[in-house]
Amino acid sequence: MTGGLPKRLTLILLVLLAALALFPVWGPLAFAAKYAFLLQKLTGIMILAILAMSLDLLVGIAGLVSLGHAAFFGLGGYMLAILSPQYEAANLWVVLPATMAAVAAVSAVVGFLAIRTAGIYFIMVTLAFGQMGYYFFNDSKLAGGSDGAYIYVKPVVEAFGTTLVNLDSKQSFFFVVLGALVAVYLLLRVVLASPFGRVLAAIGVNEGRVRGLGFDPMAYKLVAFTIAGALAGLAGFLAASQYGFVSPAMLGWHQSGHVLVMVILGGMGTLFGPILGAFILELAHFGLEAVTEHWLLPMGVLVIAIVLALPKGVAGLLLQWCGKKGEGGQ
Amino acid sequence: MDFWFFLIQVLNGVQYGLLLFLVASGLTLIFGIMGIINLAHGAFYMLGAYLAYWLARTTGSLVAAVLLSLPISAAIGYVIEALLVRTLYRRDHLDQVLLTYGLILIFNEATRMAWGADVHGVPVPEALNWSIKLTDTLSYPVYRLMLSGVCAVLAIGMYLVIARTRFGMWVRAGASNRDMVAALGIDVKLLFGLVFAIGAALAGLAGAISTPITSVAPGMGDSVLILCFVVVVIGGVGSIKGAFLGAMLIGLADTFGKVFVPDFASFTVYGVMAAVLLWKPRGLFS
Repeated sequence: MTGGLPKRLTLILLVLLAALALFPVWGPLAFAAKYAFLLQKLTGIMILAILAMSLDLLVGIAGLVSLGHAAFFGLGGYMLAILSPQYEAANLWVVLPATMAAVAAVSAVVGFLAIRTAGIYFIMVTLAFGQMGYYFFNDSKLAGGSDGAYIYVKPVVEAFGTTLVNLDSKQSFFFVVLGALVAVYLLLRVVLASPFGRVLAAIGVNEGRVRGLGFDPMAYKLVAFTIAGALAGLAGFLAASQYGFVSPAMLGWHQSGHVLVMVILGGMGTLFGPILGAFILELAHFGLEAVTEHWLLPMGVLVIAIVLALPKGVAGLLLQWCGKKGEGGQ
Repeated sequence: MDFWFFLIQVLNGVQYGLLLFLVASGLTLIFGIMGIINLAHGAFYMLGAYLAYWLARTTGSLVAAVLLSLPISAAIGYVIEALLVRTLYRRDHLDQVLLTYGLILIFNEATRMAWGADVHGVPVPEALNWSIKLTDTLSYPVYRLMLSGVCAVLAIGMYLVIARTRFGMWVRAGASNRDMVAALGIDVKLLFGLVFAIGAALAGLAGAISTPITSVAPGMGDSVLILCFVVVVIGGVGSIKGAFLGAMLIGLADTFGKVFVPDFASFTVYGVMAAVLLWKPRGLFS
């Protein structure tokens, strides 16, 4: 299921996944009173991991470094806020597809314009679009402006009049997000193994040759940008459901940069690397914050140490350990 | 529109643009010559502002503070280049992004630890704390004029150094072909160290001299950094001339945006950038 990964690595990842999935079992025993808080924390990290994976499709696979990816994350959240009726629960089967379709449409338009540029210029154009999105929600009256907007009633999954999944329950939300994380990972693995994914990865390595072989790189990049945007929208939808709140900061470049750091730190182009990156960065933040109010300082040192010591991120180290060199990377 | 009002906006826009140019010129040279995407450049701007604030309080003179802050910023820049950045020249651009991102975190937190999280202000020096009366109701502060003057002199000086001196020749050669410069026997390590230090000093200077018209706070470098990246890509990476034009464009767009479309002021800057890049995907000069 995990594509071309070495067996040992697959095993490690499955063990980690199992530990995560069983957290509602061992968590209360290990952390007692803090359990509920940690459950929420882990749910939040998994949402960011989905966002990081979607960015990895662009940065690590297609070689498109976007510094505006959070715009689609935030847009997903805002779509939920706008589509949710004020006093009753929205139907998940209606609002989720609608959100993802809307975000995909916007990313297709942005992508169409942005992929004309390359390299650092692409970074800056995506930054520009991201900031435009930020200011759009910050300055307009559409959904609360700079104060953000609340989603008073979380979406539910209903069948035949009974509520099957209520996102208001922390525990069931945890499993919904976990399911989404695994589903997105497997989906992206399937995409990467497909002919489309092969061409996309080739574009990331050498665009000129791909064009020489008769493919149109622009079309592939555009589709990748749209898929990544839609998945970021999914992550934003989940984030908005978790906190019941959206604010323009979700779209800003700080958020985009933060996710990009997760991707690079974890190991670009490996899909599981960005997930690890999200967990390492967020748990380090959480742990350091508990020890010192000046947690940013050791955090900066940690980031620098990882760059200097691990050229291909944490995933690169794992791949090396498990006896498969050279996979992943740029 | 009233002529004097318009003039004031133009002066403000030009002054803002010149200030951005001081920061952006270092950024564009560091990227053009060394191939480093230096996210920590905004941190040097912040550091300069904090040094000026601190030294102005200790020495009692902003001029002395600004002059003293220059060698400190340059030295810190040189040390960071020698210790950290130098190890990454052969690595991917994104590794440099990550390293300099780590540096931002450290700089922001270190300034917060040294000078607190409060917002500080620096008073305008007594001798410059007056305004030129334009009409009965409108006047223009002399400090801002002087700020523009200093930046303009520095910009001209930079042009002369780059266009007329041997060091400038190395810089230009480095920007167009790094490997060839090394092959010709020029000490590239020294050149890179100097460019990085000068860039840091210029950014620090911009931060230092702008303290009387802005507030000194942790994280103040972040928004400047982003605007300077906008300036650099509009002008074309590595081009000083482009950075100058880009800075003017952004300074004026931002100022006039705030006057004419206050609701979408922040939009204008990014709108200008998107428009320029869609028209010329590699910037104006490149």
